Formats: sequence, C-alpha cells, structure tokens
Amino acid sequence: MAALFILVPFILLLILNLPFKFLKAPVAFWLSAALFLTQPLLVLIHPWFAWSNYPAALSRFLIFKLWLDPLALIMLFTIGIVVFVSLLVAKSTITTERRSFNFINLLLVSFIGMNATVLAADIFSLYVFVEITAVAVFVLMAIEKNRFAIEGTFKYLVLSMFASIFILTSIAFFILAAGEISFAGIHNAFLVNSNIILLNFAVALFLCGLFIKCGVVPFHGWVPDAYSEAQSAVSVLLAGIATKITGVYVLMRLFSSVFVLKDSFHNLIMLIGIISIVFAALAAFRQNNIKRMLSYSSISQVGYIVLAIGCATPLAILGAVLHFFNHAIFKSLLFVNAASLEKKFGSTDMSIITGLGNQLPVTSGTWLVGLLSTAGIPPLSGFWSKLIIIIALFNAQRFTYGWIALLASVLTLAYFLFMERNVFFIKTEAAPGDKGGVPFSLKFCEILLAAITIGVGLGFPFILNSQIFQLKGFLH
Amino acid sequence: MTVRLVRSVVGLALTSAILAVIMYRLNSPLAAVFELSVCSGLISVIFITTVSFTQRISKERLIIRRKERLLRFLYLPFIIIIAGLLLLRYLKIPQFDLPQPAQVTDARVVLWSLRHLDLLGQAIIIIAGVFGVVVFFKEPNK
Repeated sequence: MAALFILVPFILLLILNLPFKFLKAPVAFWLSAALFLTQPLLVLIHPWFAWSNYPAALSRFLIFKLWLDPLALIMLFTIGIVVFVSLLVAKSTITTERRSFNFINLLLVSFIGMNATVLAADIFSLYVFVEITAVAVFVLMAIEKNRFAIEGTFKYLVLSMFASIFILTSIAFFILAAGEISFAGIHNAFLVNSNIILLNFAVALFLCGLFIKCGVVPFHGWVPDAYSEAQSAVSVLLAGIATKITGVYVLMRLFSSVFVLKDSFHNLIMLIGIISIVFAALAAFRQNNIKRMLSYSSISQVGYIVLAIGCATPLAILGAVLHFFNHAIFKSLLFVNAASLEKKFGSTDMSIITGLGNQLPVTSGTWLVGLLSTAGIPPLSGFWSKLIIIIALFNAQRFTYGWIALLASVLTLAYFLFMERNVFFIKTEAAPGDKGGVPFSLKFCEILLAAITIGVGLGFPFILNSQIFQLKGFLH
Repeated sequence: MTVRLVRSVVGLALTSAILAVIMYRLNSPLAAVFELSVCSGLISVIFITTVSFTQRISKERLIIRRKERLLRFLYLPFIIIIAGLLLLRYLKIPQFDLPQPAQVTDARVVLWSLRHLDLLGQAIIIIAGVFGVVVFFKEPNK
C-alpha cells in the first residue's frame, strides 16, 4: 500500500490538469490540502508494517519495489505537515489565481518527489526522485521572477548540477563494484568486502554530492540566497523539508542502513557537521534580515543532524531522526512567522521592523516557542533531540564534539534573543508602515506548528514509547 | 543568444540520444535507457530552465565577454593535455575482480519490467518541465 503515497498525488496532479473549467486554483487548493493533511493522519493511524501489505485486487497495479521502515514513515509524516503548511502560506501570499494554480501543481510534483525519495529501494531511483524534487523546487523558487530570487535559484541550480555529477558518477561506480543498485545489494557488497577501494571511492563521490545538497559548510553558498529570496511559501518548503529530504534524509538512509564504512568517513562527516554548527551560528549574528538569519540557523541545525549521522551509534541516529523532525517543524514555524511579518510590513529587515510585540501577539508568542526550541531550551521539542545527540556523542567518547555542540546551543540562543529583542521588544518612535493584517491561514499555521513543538516536547516520553513511530527501534 | 542556447540544449539532447543508441549497440541496454532518460530528458529540462533565466546583452559587451572567456580558458587545453600525459605515465589502475552485472538483452524489459518507478519518475519530470516552461515563458514578467 505504500505505493499509494506516490500514486495518489500523481493521479491528483493528472486530474487537476484535465481540460475542465471548474478545475481552477480554489478546487486545486482544497483537494491538495486534503491530500497533504491525509498523509500524516494515515501514518498516525497505521503502524509502518501495515503499509507493506497489499490487498490482492491492488497488487497487480502497485508493482513498485519500495523500502518502508519506521524512518520512512516519520519522513512521510513530516513531509505531509510541512507541505500542508506551505500550501496554507501560499494561499495568503500568492495573489494571482494563475500563479497560485501553477504553484499548487509544482508543490504536488515536489510532494511526489519527496515521498518517492523516502520510499525508494535502490540508489538510482533515489537519485531520480531527488532530482525531480529539485527541479520542482527550482521552478518554485523563481516563481516570483524577481532578480534576487532568480539569482538564488541560479546559484542553487549550478551547485545542484555539480552535486548531480558527483552522485551519478558514484552510482556508476556502485554498479561496477556491487553489480547492482538495490540498497540490499550494495549493503551485501560492503559486507563481502571485495572491491572495497571502488566502493569507498563511490561513497566519497556520493558524499561530495550530498554535502552540496545538504547545504552544509563549506558547500552552503546557495542556502542563504535560496531561502531568503524565495517566495514565503517556498521558503517554508525549502527550509522545512525539501532540501532536508534531498540531502539530509539521503545521508541518513545510506549511512545508517546501506553503507558500511571505516572510521575515517565517520570522522569526516562529523567534522563537516561541527564546522557547520559553529560557522553558521557565528554567521547568523551578522545578518540584518530575518530570513537570512533563519537560513544560517538552518545550516547550523543541519550541522547537528550531520554530526549525529557521523557519530553513527544507534542513540545518535535516534537523535538525528528526532532533530530532523523537530527542525522541520520549528524552522517551518519561524519561516511562517517571517511570512507574517513580510505580509504585514512588506519587509523582513530588522532595521525596519522593530518593537512589534504588542501588534502581533500570535506571531510574537509562537516566534518565541520556535526560537527557544531551536536553541534547545526545555521542555520544548528541540531540547530532547539536542540532548540525545549530545549524550550520544559523550557515550561514543567524542567529548570534543560533544562540548562544542553544547556550547554552540548557547550561540544559537544568543543570536535568536538578539533578533527577538530587536524585532519584538525594542520600542521605537518610527513605527514601520502597516500593509494590512496577518491572514487567518498564517495564524493557523503558526499555532499548529507551535502546538506540535510544545506537544512533542511535553509528551516526549510517550512519543518515544509509542507504537506509532517505533522510535525505540532505532536503538537496536 | 537565448535561441542559440536553446539550440545547443537540443543539440545536447540529440547527442545523448545518439550516445544511447551506441550504448544499446554495445550490448548495454540498461546504460542506454539511463542515458536516454537522464541525459536526454532530465538534464535538458534543467538546461532549458536555466536558459530561461538568461537576458539579452549588447553586441559590444558580447565581443568583450567572448575575449574575456577566451583569455580565461586559454590555459585549459594545455592543462588537460599535460594531465592526460601524466595520468598515462603514472596512473596504474588496480585490477578489480568485478561482479558480472545482470544481463538483460532487451531494453523494453528493463523499461517496462524492471524500472517501473523510474518510468513514473520520467513522466513526472516531464510534467515538472512543462510547468517550468509555463511559469517562465507564459506568465507575464514582473
């Protein structure tokens, strides 16, 4: 039944483009919203193993070989929520009906791409769907067609091409060394240990490509431009989930359950992770634009996930998965907050918008939840995932990495409190020009994402023990 | 400029298609299918998207840019030749005991029986390309 996660949105995409007059933006919006919201609900209702069973009548049509496990299900859950939020943000920020219709179609394409990336069972299909997601995202980023958005898109496009060259060459080497491209086949090739030089070379190439896709330092050049210059709804999609699935999830999947690697690879991944955490946190201080600051914060938080993947103990992988989910939620929340500010004041420049605490109570309240969770303040969700990652690092005798990761959390808190003080609490005489109220759909997104952040934080022990996500499975 | 760039993308796609035929003739149907689907399909879409970002420039600037480009890459052929000679002289490729890849004689079997998911991916990428063209070319510019 897992194939339905790919086929149903594909069929909806086809239906929306049938030549009927009533198939316009409002219909597309409601159908897509229902689909995006159904995905996380279905994942919550059925445990992961239930999705492997096919009813006999459907088995003739659902012929794809897919890879489904608790990790994939958590990803599907996260994709559903973030894409739903992106759609709601687009409803209030994209004004023309034609553009809105194109946006929804491209959002559906990226949704299919991300779902299929998560469920792919071989390395080539994984690459194909990573590229599909990327192509949809390129177009979405430049949908506003202003100069800066196109510049950001161009940077992402060029670097992404380099990543594709690395990954595709690496796949050729995998075929050469392992004789096949399925995850199980490549895993067996590592275990047999023949042609290990070729396999390691292939992994090194793949890693270069993935680092660009993840946007970690020093491959981060495209991230601030891409996240900050794109349309608000696209920023939510990009920072919340799209680049995380095409980069971080692939890294997580391959390095935790497919490749069997030497310590030198793990050390390299951890080094890149820790450099990203510190460099991006320091760079965030220098930013005057809220979205650019959030972009650097995103690079820093991805650094935590990469660090945990590099550590590679079961506890660290659990921490990486949790931080992936938490980061997707609280970063989306912060970008929705930025969208609210942009909607109300037409800018996200911190020198223009100051002292807004009383004017936007919902935005300022949920903003505080998002930033405290990012900084890892208890009892919010970000605290637990960072705590698990740091404990895992200390358990694995990686004390230096552990201490740096811990201290970098203080840096995160510092730059966010600096931003919070400027934007919401400083009282200025010159009030920014008000361009209208914050629409209900944005407020709804803010409250929904803040509720998930608080709920996951407060109910963390129950979530860890629940049968829904099988999070404990990562510890074995 | 844009027309010439689009022509070059079409040329690249045709080259890939010819390469796919050669691969098929060399008894590598799997590689041929990959070449056809990725290089002719996916890459062309990305290139056309990129071309749509370009703008016209004046003739004077075009001449200056051509000169600059020539100077910038003047040393490149020499580097490539020297690197090639050095590699030929010193690089010893180790012998690997490589596994035999699965032999499939018919590309249709690969396409329709083995790679269903990639085929679906190909259909989706075409749709994405169509939306790219609609967004960049049919919607009015700001």
